[in-house]
Amino acid sequence: MNIIVCIKQVPETTEVKINPETNTLIREGVKSIVNPFDAYAIEEGVRLKEKFGGKATVITMGPPQAEAVLREAISMGIDEGILLSDRAFAGSDTWATSYALSAAIKKIGAFDLIICGKQASDGDTAQVGPGISAHLDVPQVTYVKKIEEVKDKFMRVERMTEEGYEIIEVPLPALITVVKEINTPRLPSLKGMMRAKQAKIIHWKAPDIEADLNCVGLAGSPTQVVRIFTPPPRVGGQILKGETQEIAERLVGLLKNEID
Amino acid sequence: MDYLLSDEQKMVQELARKVAEEKIKPVAAKYDQSEEFPWDIMEILAKADLFAIFVPQEYGGTGAGVLDLCIATEELSRACGGIAVCYAASALGTFPMILFGNEEQKKKYLPDLASGKKIAAFGITEPEAGSDASAIKTTAKKEGDYYVLNGLKHFITNGGDAQIYTIIAMTDKSKGARGASAFIVEKGTPGFTFGKKEEKLGIRASSTAELIFTDCKIPKDNLLSKEGMGFIVTMKTFDMSRPGVAAQALGIAQGALDVAVKYSKERQQFGKSISSFQGIQWMLADMATQIEAARALVYSCAREIDAGCKDVGKDSAMAKMFASDVAMKVTTDAVQILGGYGYMKDYPAEKYMRDAKITQIYEGTNQIQRNIIALNLIREAAK
Repeated sequence: MNIIVCIKQVPETTEVKINPETNTLIREGVKSIVNPFDAYAIEEGVRLKEKFGGKATVITMGPPQAEAVLREAISMGIDEGILLSDRAFAGSDTWATSYALSAAIKKIGAFDLIICGKQASDGDTAQVGPGISAHLDVPQVTYVKKIEEVKDKFMRVERMTEEGYEIIEVPLPALITVVKEINTPRLPSLKGMMRAKQAKIIHWKAPDIEADLNCVGLAGSPTQVVRIFTPPPRVGGQILKGETQEIAERLVGLLKNEID
Repeated sequence: MDYLLSDEQKMVQELARKVAEEKIKPVAAKYDQSEEFPWDIMEILAKADLFAIFVPQEYGGTGAGVLDLCIATEELSRACGGIAVCYAASALGTFPMILFGNEEQKKKYLPDLASGKKIAAFGITEPEAGSDASAIKTTAKKEGDYYVLNGLKHFITNGGDAQIYTIIAMTDKSKGARGASAFIVEKGTPGFTFGKKEEKLGIRASSTAELIFTDCKIPKDNLLSKEGMGFIVTMKTFDMSRPGVAAQALGIAQGALDVAVKYSKERQQFGKSISSFQGIQWMLADMATQIEAARALVYSCAREIDAGCKDVGKDSAMAKMFASDVAMKVTTDAVQILGGYGYMKDYPAEKYMRDAKITQIYEGTNQIQRNIIALNLIREAAK
C-alpha cells in the first residue's frame, strides 16, 4: 500500500498573536511544530504501512526550515520526505497550496491513499485536504475517526459527524482527512531519530512539479486578505440582581432600548 | 551550562525528556501510591529505543556510552525517580553480560534486552551481606552440566518483574571473595522463586524483592566469565553503573528545583510572589549551583569511562556520593520552599525528597563511597 501523508509546519501555540501594524503573525520566539492534527495522519500512515507493507511518503510545502517536520515524520516511521519550497509558492492560499501539493503527488506517481490532518491549527480552514482530492479527482472522506477495513480496491471508514458517525466505503485511491480520535501518535524512537537525521530530504521547486505559475503563490490565490485584526475586547457587561419577575422585566426593557 | 554533547546525546536528551514530560509525569503520583510495576511505561521506553542505548550495536543496541545512559536516566528521574530506576536497574543487570559475557551469551540475551522485550536485574545483596558483599551465603555447586543454586537474595531492584538476572553466588566458600562467581538466571527456572516484595519510603514504582533459590539448576553455560570472577564482575559493573545512580540523583534534584522555582513564582505572600524574597532567591541559587556542580562531576566521570580510562573507581565514587548528597539537600530545601504544601502529597515536592534518600544508600552507601575515595587518595600518595 503506497501512502502519502501531507503535513504542515505551524507555530506551537493556539493563541497566535498578530502584529496590529503589519497584520502579520508574530513568529519571533514561537517554536515551529508539526501541525497537531497532522501527527494523527502520520501515525495512521505508518500503521497502514506496517500492516500492509508498501511505502509511506510525507510531503509538505513551506520554507526550507519546514524540513524539520519532515524529519520528525521520518523519525516516527515514514520512509521518505519531500519538501516543496520555492519563492513562487509564497503567499499561496488553500486553493493554490492544494494545487501545488496535488502537482507534487502526480509527480510521485501511483498511490493508494492520501492522508491529511483534518485542519491546521494556525489557519483552521480544513480546505487543503479536500482541495487536493478535487485537483486530483479522487474521492475524499473527511473527519475519519477509524479505518475499519482495507481491501484491494476499497476501504471502509468511520467518519465523524456532529450527531454521531457514518460508515463509508470508498474506492481506492482516495484521500482521507483524520480527526484525533483515530489514534494516539507514537513518540519518535532513538533509532528513528538517527535515521531521520541522516535521511536525504527531496527538494522540489515549482518547475520540478510542472506547476502553472498562474496557479501558485499570491498571484495564483483567489483569496485576497484585505485585513487581519484582533477584535477589541468586549467591555464589561451589566449584571441584573433581584427577583426573577423583576429582573426579567428590566431585561426586556433594556433589550427594547437597545433595539430602538 | 553547555556540556558540548554530541548530536546523538542531544537526541537522547530530547527524547527522554519528551517521554518523561508527556508519559511519566502524569502517572508518577499514581505509581508512587499503588507501588505497581510500571509496565506500560517500560513499553514506551522500549519503543523509544531507550533500552538500546547501553547495548552494543552488533546485539541490537545503539552502542552509545555511559554518558548517554546518564543523560537518559537523569531526564527520566526528573519526572519520577521510581520509574527511572526500573530502567537503570535493567542496565545494571545487563552490564555484566556486556562486559564479561561470551559470544553465545551475548547473542542469546542482549537483543531482547536492547529491544526492551525483556528487562534485567542484578542480584548480590543478601540480608547479612550489604556493604560487606564478601559475606554472601548463596551457593552455586557444580553438578555435571549444571550449577545448583541455593540461597536468598534480598532488596533486589526489578526483583520478580525482570526476566533475566545476573546473580552472584559462592562457588568456593573457602576462597572468600575469590570464591564468588556470576551467573545468568532466567525467570521461570525451576527452583527460582520470589519472596517478600518490600514496601518502601521512596522509588515506590520500582519493585524491590527477595529472590529465593532452592536447588535451582541452571546450565553450566550460564556462568559469566570464569569461576571465582564474581567480585571482579561486580566491581567492574558498579564502576559502569555508579554514574547512573549519580545521574538518577541529579535528575531527582533537578526535578525538585523545577517544582520549587515554579511554585515560588506562583505563590503570593505579603502581596507578592515569594520568589521576590531574597531568602527564597538565595536558597534557589544554592540549589541550582549544587546541581550544576553535581552534573559537571557526573558527566565528566561518564566521559572518562566512555573514553576507556582505567581506575575510575575514585571518580565514580565521588560522582555518586556528591550527586546523591546534593539530591537529598536540594529536595529537602524544595519541600521547605513549598512550605506546608511541600509536605502534602497533593504537591510533588515530598515525593522527590522520599525518592532522593535511596540514592545515598544503594549501590554502595555514601560512607562506602568515602572509603573508596580515601583509599584511592592514600594509595596515590604512597606511589
